[in-house]
Amino acid sequence: MPTAEIASQEPVSTNGKVDPSVVMDCNIENLYYGSFKAVRDTRIPVQKNAITAFIGPSGCGKSTVLRCMNRMNDLVRGFRLEGHVQFRGQDIYGPKIDPVAVRRFIGMVFQQPNPFATSVYNNVAFGLRLNNFKGNKAAKVEEALKSADLWDEVKDKLNESGLSLSGGQQQRLCIARAIATEPEVLLLDEPCSALDPVATRSIEELMKQLKARFAIAIVTHNLQQAQRVSDKTGFLYVDTSEGSRTGYLVEFGDSNQIFHDPKQKETQQYIKGEFS
Amino acid sequence: MPTETQISKPPSRTQAITDTAFRALCQGFTWLVAVIAVIIVLKIVLAALPAVRQYGLGFLSGQVWDPNKKLYSILPEIWGTLYSSVLALIFGTAFGVAAALFLAEGFTADAVFALLKIVNLQFHPFWGKLPVQVENLLSNLIELLAAIPSVVYGLWGLFVIIPLVRPACHWLHADLGWIPLFGTDLSGPGMLPAVIVLSIMILPTITAIGRGALLAVPTRLRMAAYGLGATRWEAIFAVTLPTASRGIFGGIVLAFGRALGETMALAMLVGNANVISVSLFSPANTLAALLANAFPEASPKDVGVLMYAATVLLVITLLVNVAGAYIVQFTASELEGEKV
Ligand SMILES: Nc1ncnc2c1ncn2[C@@H]1O[C@H](COP(=O)(O)OP(=O)(O)OP(=O)(O)O)[C@@H](O)[C@H]1O
Ligand SMILES: [Mg+2]
Repeated sequence: MPTAEIASQEPVSTNGKVDPSVVMDCNIENLYYGSFKAVRDTRIPVQKNAITAFIGPSGCGKSTVLRCMNRMNDLVRGFRLEGHVQFRGQDIYGPKIDPVAVRRFIGMVFQQPNPFATSVYNNVAFGLRLNNFKGNKAAKVEEALKSADLWDEVKDKLNESGLSLSGGQQQRLCIARAIATEPEVLLLDEPCSALDPVATRSIEELMKQLKARFAIAIVTHNLQQAQRVSDKTGFLYVDTSEGSRTGYLVEFGDSNQIFHDPKQKETQQYIKGEFS
Repeated sequence: MPTETQISKPPSRTQAITDTAFRALCQGFTWLVAVIAVIIVLKIVLAALPAVRQYGLGFLSGQVWDPNKKLYSILPEIWGTLYSSVLALIFGTAFGVAAALFLAEGFTADAVFALLKIVNLQFHPFWGKLPVQVENLLSNLIELLAAIPSVVYGLWGLFVIIPLVRPACHWLHADLGWIPLFGTDLSGPGMLPAVIVLSIMILPTITAIGRGALLAVPTRLRMAAYGLGATRWEAIFAVTLPTASRGIFGGIVLAFGRALGETMALAMLVGNANVISVSLFSPANTLAALLANAFPEASPKDVGVLMYAATVLLVITLLVNVAGAYIVQFTASELEGEKV
């Protein structure tokens, strides 16, 4: 059973030595879409109780790396990965692992709010139903909505369409939907880019609360946001030297260090806003 | 104010006139269609009125059609119309929606891609396009079914379908004849061949409209389902199909309307017998087939009777469409949550 294998709890080993705080170790050697090499040489450890941010110019492969972490890229015809993603002591790209099982343990929130065309309640209960959850569904839904800071706003309209909420509420609904099944890792791909500053702030606060329970990886275009919320930051850049556009990880470290004392020239220039 | 050097200008007089004319033309055609529809209905109903007065509601409940004795009633035809259409709709929907799913959800393209992968041509500049092309070709072929003339379907039913199903029908009647569905034997034209051909005739409508509705479901909804760990079938049944249900159902209603009114193929295949039977192998008749067969020999007096039958067919079609619209509305609010 692939699911059972993923469920076995073992610390992740990094270079032979065991680092118990790393929940997921994503190590991409080469990543292809068809014959196009989109990302190379990118290694990002995602830590427990921390927010790991990826920044970098548009098209450098941030979303691609994030989607690698829950095998969403497998839905792209022609996708191919050389490398490993270690999670719970397993390579999630191992031959016996079912991508669907992986996604049940690693939640994802997308750039555009994407609630289903059904009621608020059914949206949140979706994952519970998939997992055949036998306990008290209503209580779980309430808990998830409270964790996503949405309960007070929707408790009287659980039967109304999820699409009738505002953009910021919809995005929090999507977060509630993702955390209802209590995944271990939560992946967020530019979750605030469709939102106004107030809604953005409320999602940022929410992320800080949620990191007590989940390991969080977030892609963002907004450097201030990365600085405000993240503990670790990875900077990706595009290598155009081979006549192609291949993204790679330039620098990874504590957010403080990346934003105030970047080691690499590309990072320095990007942080200073010399190119975008 | 505009000067000679400025590029931006207000619309010229010709542009304004063309715009107004175009809008008037579109509006005119829209009204024309509505007016034509009303005139057709009015003409038929007016022509039917004398017969309605003469035969009254007994026309709907009797089972005799005998022009020599001037006895007319159409209950068997009403039954045959509804029975054949409902059966055709069941088969047509099952196959049509399945075909739409396979074409819209990438199953076909995936299969071709997997084949190409075996010979390692999946990223080839020419062969690499094949998965999408095969998918388009298949859906065009299915839509082509809609372009085949009705009479060709009728001939095909007579010369291919009836000989093909006859042995199976004999066997079913002989061994399972106690089941009402197989209660009589197939002696040539009858309900089953008519239903088979009718299903194929309405299938392209269901598939084309269903495929369109499925393709219109935003990818991000599918991604949301996959992101939560749904399998392909779970994503399809829990998210894609419900989201597209309104469009798919619209196609089914349209197909039902087509099945109710289908004339030529049914006139050739259904057997034209004034019989009410649940048996699939019994000959039967439908309103449209009755009209097609009876009009050529109709005396002026009979025409009024046939117009009465045509009115009944119109009313049935209208009721089906209204009921369809109502069900679409109802299921949509069930599935999508209450709208505010
Ligand atoms: N499904 C796909 N099929 C083929 N190529 C893809 C696909 N998704 C992304 N790419 C390519 O991979 C590269 C990286 O894309 P990606 O979406 O990961 O960039 P990104 O860093 O997230 O950009 P942005 O900040 O604009 O969202 C791009 O060159 C893009 O064209
Ligand atoms: Mg992106």
